[in-house]
Amino acid sequence: MCLAVPVRVVSIEGDEAETEIGGVRYRASIALTPEVMVGDYVLLHTGYAIGVVDEAEAKETLKLLEEIASVSEVH
Amino acid sequence: MKFIDEYQNSELAGKLAHRIANCSTKPIRLMEFCGGHTHAIMRYGIRQLVPKTVGMRSGPGCPVCVTAIADLDKAIAMAHLPGVIITTFGDIVRVPGSYSSLQQAKAEGADMRIVYSTIDAVEIARVNPKKSVIFVGIGFETTAPTIAASIIKARREGIENFYVLSLLKLTPPIMKALLDLGEVRLDGIIGPGHVSAIIGSHPYEFIPRDYNIGCVISGFEPLDILLCLNKLVEQIEGGKPKVEIAYPRGVKPQGNKKALELMNAVFETNSANWRGIGIVPQSGLRINKKYQHFDANRAFEVSLESAREHKGCRCGDILRGVATPLGCKLFGKVCTPEDPVGPCMVSSEGACAAYYQYGASYE
Repeated sequence: MCLAVPVRVVSIEGDEAETEIGGVRYRASIALTPEVMVGDYVLLHTGYAIGVVDEAEAKETLKLLEEIASVSEVH
Repeated sequence: MKFIDEYQNSELAGKLAHRIANCSTKPIRLMEFCGGHTHAIMRYGIRQLVPKTVGMRSGPGCPVCVTAIADLDKAIAMAHLPGVIITTFGDIVRVPGSYSSLQQAKAEGADMRIVYSTIDAVEIARVNPKKSVIFVGIGFETTAPTIAASIIKARREGIENFYVLSLLKLTPPIMKALLDLGEVRLDGIIGPGHVSAIIGSHPYEFIPRDYNIGCVISGFEPLDILLCLNKLVEQIEGGKPKVEIAYPRGVKPQGNKKALELMNAVFETNSANWRGIGIVPQSGLRINKKYQHFDANRAFEVSLESAREHKGCRCGDILRGVATPLGCKLFGKVCTPEDPVGPCMVSSEGACAAYYQYGASYE
């Protein structure tokens, strides 16, 4: 029910956006994420973008994961 | 796929699990609130990956599962009303009510349609102006703003034959109710990622403050979950419980302001009936006075026979974390995904469905 997948915003028209994931396109509502811009990734849930994926945070998390993994190797 | 594949790296996962094993010295029990997490944990074999000291229990975070049988009976009764098209998300249609199911109602002639989005339900109302289109609104805070947006859209576009039977439920109040029940000792909570994308992390602050356990919000890929487990284990070992976000690409501390604004514009809190738990004050959402025209509860009256639970089904205990599916005598024998007795076996987020699908041999 709370499933949401990250999809890329291809174009925006009013409160709708054309989104894409793995070659599949879907017209989503951006009524809940008016700040979204073309090229952003959004979390798509039941036809609505419920949040914009934060790319900088995504990179930070990957960095953190690498750091934790490297500490684990030392021990 | 971006933001998915990089969080599924098995080599990193192995190292993270190793780190958790190094850090964990005492047996603990964590609850994954969200049914999506239950399935991800099983699907990626995370229970086998982490040390035996880290125990996990499924919680009530499956909206289909926690829908009270009496509420489901009401939806089924509404489906039988003349001139009604009933619309809903897929999972709930196969859940047995006291006497029938939405699927059975359709077989008996009711016009029941599965939709992917509330947008589709509003569209059905638009093209069927002589019919009353009722959307059975199940879900948590993740889904509530989307239903609010559909009601606002229906009003704006003058679609007056669209109604919502709101069975929406709220996460923090049920967490509090479970912790107050105290039936299961918990050392930490794996917080729901997409509920939190809407409400943020602040509403969970009562958990470390009042119950002295941590709550770490997690994403749904294996590395997200392992990062969350690592943080929880570190908190527990260090004796410093707190609320943390292990899914910052999807969750901000303040949540999604626009979504909260729409949700608050259409709904108000009320008590809700949870399967296996009962009535919990302020744990549900009903349509407020301003939008009452769209409230199916107000627009339609149905007479109901008293609700009847299915004998032997332990969904209620499983939703409270008191039992696992293996503790249910019906599991895998009388109750299977093909012929489910309770909702936990029907829903794609149900704990029984996860145990059945991914195997139960690890316990």
